[in-house]
Amino acid sequence: MKVLLSWLREFAPGIDGDPGALSDVLSALGLTVEEMTVTGAMPGGVVLGRVLDLRPHPDADRIQLVDVDDGSGSTLQVCCGAFNMAVGDLVPLARVGTAMPSGLEIARRKLRGQTSEGMCCSEIELDMGADAEGIMILNDRVAPGAEPGTPLAEALGLEPDVLWDLEVGANRPDALSVMGVARDLAAGLGVAFEPPDWSTPASGPDISDAADVEIVDPTLCGRFVGRVLRNAPAGSSPPWMANRLTALGQRPINSIVDISNYVMLELGQPSHTFDLGRVSGARIRVRRARDGETVITLDGQQRSLSAGDGVIADGDDGVIGIAGVMGGASTEIDAGTTDVLVEMAWWDPPSISRTAKRLNLSSEAATRFRRGADWGYNVERCMNRFVQLAVEQGAEVAPGTIDERGNLPDRGPLRVRTSRVNSLLGTGLSAEQMADHLRSIGFGVDSAGDADLDVTIPTWRWDTETETGVSEEVARLHGYENIERTVPTANEAGGLSPYQKDRRLVREVLVGAGCCEAQPMPFVAPGALAAVGLAEDGITLSNPVDDSESVLRTSLLPGQLGAVAYNQRHFNGDVRLFEIGHVYLPSPEGQLLPDEREFLAVALSGEEAPAAVAVLDLLAEALALPAVELRAAELPGMHPTRSAEVVVAGRERGAVGEVDPEVLEACGVSGRVAWLQLDLQQVLEGPRTRRRYRPVSKYPPSDVDLAFVVPDGVAAVQVERALRASAGSLLARVELFDSYRGSGVPEGSRSLAYRLRFQAPDRTLTDAEVADIRQRCIDETSRRTGATLRT
Amino acid sequence: MMEGYEQAAADAAERLASAADLDAVADVEREMLGRRSTFTEAKRRLGDLDPGERAAAGRRLNAARERVEASVAAARARLSASGRADRYAAERLDLTERLPRTTVLRRGHFHPVTQARDRLEDVFVGMGYTVAEGPEVESAWYNFEALNIPDWHPARGSFDTIFVNLGESEEVMLRSHTSPVQIRVMENRKPPIYIVAPGRTFRADTADATHLPAFNQIEGLAVDRNITMGDLAGTIDEFVRAFFGGEVKSRLRPSYFPFTEPSAEFDISRPDGSWLELGGCGMVHPNVLSNCGIDPEEWQGFAFGFGIDRLAVMRHEIDDIREFVNNDVRFLSQF
Repeated sequence: MKVLLSWLREFAPGIDGDPGALSDVLSALGLTVEEMTVTGAMPGGVVLGRVLDLRPHPDADRIQLVDVDDGSGSTLQVCCGAFNMAVGDLVPLARVGTAMPSGLEIARRKLRGQTSEGMCCSEIELDMGADAEGIMILNDRVAPGAEPGTPLAEALGLEPDVLWDLEVGANRPDALSVMGVARDLAAGLGVAFEPPDWSTPASGPDISDAADVEIVDPTLCGRFVGRVLRNAPAGSSPPWMANRLTALGQRPINSIVDISNYVMLELGQPSHTFDLGRVSGARIRVRRARDGETVITLDGQQRSLSAGDGVIADGDDGVIGIAGVMGGASTEIDAGTTDVLVEMAWWDPPSISRTAKRLNLSSEAATRFRRGADWGYNVERCMNRFVQLAVEQGAEVAPGTIDERGNLPDRGPLRVRTSRVNSLLGTGLSAEQMADHLRSIGFGVDSAGDADLDVTIPTWRWDTETETGVSEEVARLHGYENIERTVPTANEAGGLSPYQKDRRLVREVLVGAGCCEAQPMPFVAPGALAAVGLAEDGITLSNPVDDSESVLRTSLLPGQLGAVAYNQRHFNGDVRLFEIGHVYLPSPEGQLLPDEREFLAVALSGEEAPAAVAVLDLLAEALALPAVELRAAELPGMHPTRSAEVVVAGRERGAVGEVDPEVLEACGVSGRVAWLQLDLQQVLEGPRTRRRYRPVSKYPPSDVDLAFVVPDGVAAVQVERALRASAGSLLARVELFDSYRGSGVPEGSRSLAYRLRFQAPDRTLTDAEVADIRQRCIDETSRRTGATLRT
Repeated sequence: MMEGYEQAAADAAERLASAADLDAVADVEREMLGRRSTFTEAKRRLGDLDPGERAAAGRRLNAARERVEASVAAARARLSASGRADRYAAERLDLTERLPRTTVLRRGHFHPVTQARDRLEDVFVGMGYTVAEGPEVESAWYNFEALNIPDWHPARGSFDTIFVNLGESEEVMLRSHTSPVQIRVMENRKPPIYIVAPGRTFRADTADATHLPAFNQIEGLAVDRNITMGDLAGTIDEFVRAFFGGEVKSRLRPSYFPFTEPSAEFDISRPDGSWLELGGCGMVHPNVLSNCGIDPEEWQGFAFGFGIDRLAVMRHEIDDIREFVNNDVRFLSQF
């Protein structure tokens, strides 16, 4: 909402002082100042000029020569880059010596040999608007008879002013008007708020002969006030009105539309005007639409309505407007209009809101109605203002006022406990102080016993209806900054959950292992899941920002490969990345929301599968995961012979290995990518090994190296298991230290060399003992796995 | 007349002086002082002498022997010092030679948003809060209705919600704020409640230098018997001082959110005296408490929320927020 200082002062003349200080008061009241500008400060030296002659520049195509009468008696030649003027036009002329808002000083100069003695100005050059295209043509904007040479500010009726652009919350429909802002600001400054009223003598036959209004649906329409104007003005608005509308961001259109906008901006009440002669039967019926009804709105669009939408129907029950949202084209005022019905109504906010949303049709009127307009005296005040402005511009007003009522909000006095207000705010205000604050913004307050107040909430505050709502008003007027700051004494121990601590540990381990944390967007393009070998069953978005971000990921793979590819494209070479993020699996039967889980992924580009296994081992040790097993498997998106399921404590929890080279190619990744993905949530919430103390032996160990020829069908883990089982309790450690294929080892097998360490807690092992165990290991392992000792 | 062993001792001294390694010294020692060495032989021959000559000859032999022993010790000392030095010289490494293929250790990096989030969590944990989390795909109940935002509410449009094709039209969405976590916590726990809820949130914003459709927020909620608006202002103040440093001040300005009443924006002071809007806050609306089965006559609370990404942007002076999702390691490894 934009407001002008001069306009605010018409409601509270006491509003005065440094504009910056006023901004602070507005912001402290919750009318946050987004921008403050000083307007109408026209530089001295800009005058009204009249175009006398236009001719081409002899040596330049893009500029023309303009002879301008500046009232001095002599004709000035100006070189001008715009071509929108005609001889006789009135234009702003900056004389030589003028300091323009941009800082430019106008000098006499020559352009390709032609003298220029001043400058004709566009809106933007005078800081009067955004139009930079052409010179401002002022023929219709200055008072008739204005002479060239008149200072422009005087000719346009401009005065220096302050313009505020305020951010107004949805709970403050009243502050979407100059009057409402003035009421708050006056209260904030402690000056009087004195809204004017207007009255205009009526003439001619009474309105009751001219129009008839019926509220069919009383929930939809709480109040319908109407008056009839005759000989409605048709021309353009006077400059003072056009200037104010322009300043507040409304383009002046014509007299009657401008009056409607002016009253809405000034006092908050939207209005609608009907060409009464085109309203069938001069009858208005306010009702809900029927499914399938249509209407062509003022913007020329045909709108199709559904039951629930509020409409204005005429004597034939045909729809001639969408209630509170937009009027219909069939009864629009035009040059042939004589009688005008002015409507000012109160509409049910939810109804208007739903219709505006469904039709995706927003208007200044709908914005106010859906927040809750004023249903009290202000409707009459606004009608009086409308009539007064119209009559000032040549209309006549018929005697009589239509005032039909439906269901208006019931706002009987609200019992407010001052103890409750103080306990919510942390203040120690007396009932009297609260009452003063509330009265300053128009709330009615009566004492109700020692500590209670009966508060009548004003009709312009539809959103305020409870004790806490009233508390908020008390706090606002008391000043949020005047509330003493305290800190609650939480009798709770703060902390991270075990899950959150472990998740941090995982991040720390991975960063220690040289991985950077990547956080790609969690949505992917259609087909992106299929491209990485996954089922194309991602949940889709109804209104994605971009089509390439319209599917929710079911795996971290597409995002991580995207990040790898991005780095390769930017010549960063091979990267080590990890991510902890949500994936969204299809909703389980009977559940609305997806099966959303937190996954961990590690992508090591330029590395082979063992590198990912090494990362898994690191994590398994750090998290004390019990019994992590790898089961060779063909997994979606993974290299078929270099991948395994990760099984933790007997349950499948993820995959490790390499990404399928074909997937890499499809994603524009070169080289290999070692990959690990875990369902982090399940892993962290699953069982852990308790770290129990085992005494460390003080006796020397004996190491035994054994190399076996192992058929390819037998996994190393099987050999290791056999060794462990046969070695017995004296085995301290077993470690694979070599894997060899080649001469001396039969095709289809490899040699796996293990180092076994034996150690007893209480003695040095004898050679005979170790030899014994060694033989048992060889025999048992051969028997269990088919491996043979390599000799 | 010079004895034979004396000649040998003189030779030995010369050999020891020029010995190149400890093995050569050991050779001399063995020849001169060992079991069948020159001196052992000479000593045995002393027995053949007359008793009158024996004492003088013995003294002479011992003196020669001591000279050789001293020479051996000296040679050993000389050689072991220079041997260590040689060995070290052979192992010399230029530690500034950091070839990527050798032993350079590279640490990874936490995403700057994670770092900001962890710092925020730590500050609030220190103030007695626990950390709550919730799903990113939410139902209208949690994202809107329980938060006192009915379907027709004008505030709904301001969220630019991204909806999901599940359930009825506009029934499921990517959460547009972290406030749904408030509801989930209050539905499942009885007060007192002191939580913060960081996490990813979504708005239908086209990505540009200052916007992403997916970003991160943190939400705070305190519900207890006597929580006041003064507690809210004091908590924000304490947080701001802990997070940004003692110089930075905070202030509250009236604002509007459907789920709090009174509502406020909170600002932090900048060094030049101006204020920067950081987030929104307020006293939990009684309807919100009731929607979660908490009696608003018995319990009061405050809530606040603000963006995490922007704190990382401010801290590191990042000029294009899209770098957060590009995951270029040249970007990530700066933090």
